[in-house]
Amino acid sequence: MVSILDIIGPVMVGPSSSHTAGACRLGLIARDLVAGTPESALIELHGSFARTGEGHGTDKAIVGGLFGFRPDDERLRDSLQILEKEGLDWRFEKTTLGDEPEVHPNTVRITVKRQHRHHVMLGASLGAGRIKVSQIDGYPVEVDGSHHTIVMVAEDVKGSIARIAGILSDAGVNIATLRLSRKHRGGDAFMVIEVDEQPGEEVRDALRALPWVRWTHRIDKVGG
Amino acid sequence: MYGSLHDAIRDAEARGVSLATAALELEARDQGRPVAEIREALARALAVMRHAVEQGLTGDLRSNSGLVGGDAAKLRTGPAGPLAGTLFRDVLMRALAVQEVNAAMGVIVAAPTAGGAGVLPAVILGIARDKGLGDEVLIDALATAGLIGAVVAQRASLSGAEGGCQAETGAAAGMAAGAATQMLGGTPSMVGHAVALAQQGTLGLVCDPLGGLVELPCVFRNATGAAIALAAVEMAMAGITFAIPADEVIDTMGEIGREMDVRYRETAGGGLAATPTGRKLSRERLVQIRRS
Repeated sequence: MVSILDIIGPVMVGPSSSHTAGACRLGLIARDLVAGTPESALIELHGSFARTGEGHGTDKAIVGGLFGFRPDDERLRDSLQILEKEGLDWRFEKTTLGDEPEVHPNTVRITVKRQHRHHVMLGASLGAGRIKVSQIDGYPVEVDGSHHTIVMVAEDVKGSIARIAGILSDAGVNIATLRLSRKHRGGDAFMVIEVDEQPGEEVRDALRALPWVRWTHRIDKVGG
Repeated sequence: MYGSLHDAIRDAEARGVSLATAALELEARDQGRPVAEIREALARALAVMRHAVEQGLTGDLRSNSGLVGGDAAKLRTGPAGPLAGTLFRDVLMRALAVQEVNAAMGVIVAAPTAGGAGVLPAVILGIARDKGLGDEVLIDALATAGLIGAVVAQRASLSGAEGGCQAETGAAAGMAAGAATQMLGGTPSMVGHAVALAQQGTLGLVCDPLGGLVELPCVFRNATGAAIALAAVEMAMAGITFAIPADEVIDTMGEIGREMDVRYRETAGGGLAATPTGRKLSRERLVQIRRS
């Protein structure tokens, strides 16, 4: 859903809403997948991101997002210097991920690792700072960062959604959207739950305590 | 948000309210937030817009590559042309100012995008100063601009990589023209004609930035986009109507964008970026950015 504040906004560091602000938001989401600053990152740029990203500060913006800087943070300008000083193993590559319209021209694949966590996400910047994450760890998803979001992988057991909905409702967290996907019947289910209120630690711990949940993360709202 | 300007105009006129009121009330329902909270967010955006204009007029900003900067200040103090001392020149100056700040990685409001961020503040802040209009009128103008941009986002695109510059400075010109027409007391239907008149003038506009940098021609395209918006406001306020409805002009923009060769969609593969001078400047400046 497009809103007035998507259009009149974001307030951001220039020069490009798609190549700078949107790129920063994709970096922020990748950071949340490993719940902190990644120890290593592979950033694969596709299409217009690959061809014109350097001039638009796309590299600085994604790196800034991975550091947790938001699109209006003036530290984005200096994020590559910060990266050099921190000495982290973050690399950029240019790649081709497919053809239009299946793959948006501003697409990036980000592989992040931190402690025991290791995730891959595919996301695109759609213009005006709006983004869409279309894949996490190979599962098809649709995350636009306009809500607080819980992503989780669970065994395909009956009643799982009811249990999860119960935990959220007990914590006073309202579900905005819920999307379930799996690679095959009986295989693990990937859940993306967009919620209206920011879920607290107790929600995360309760979800993690479910025996059939393999892993779960919170992704903070990055826009909207 | 409304999926067409037709629906928004019909709704506003049936209820006897402005497009801003209709859009803000629908936004409040969509988002589950009170109208006052949305107005506050728009007031914050307005403050950032004002600050960007001021910062750009100091004249000491340079972009990363050094390709642009300092031209807004020239319109303030430089020699007179035929528009000296007019609102028109003031608006051109403000559009350059915001876009020079953007190119220097300063803080701006993407409206609808960063590459087109100069047009809307230039037109509405210029008119507000000229006519002595206050912040509430400007916040209403931003709400209507947001409505117009949301319709463009749903029916066409707001991304230069998808639809060329017509989807960025072109959409911004439509938003600014509609918002300004409302500020000057135009009816919702006149706002619709202003949007159509502005956007018909930017159809087919390609996105061809040198080296892929949002600098050249982007900075100047914001000034010419603002000029087109002003022309559309003048015509709409005079009672001129455009026979093709705004929604259909927007659909046409989307169609042209989809047909546009990838060289003309922010890839620096065609247009001004691919001219002999464009290529030479891109090479030199990208080397400079890598060194800095």
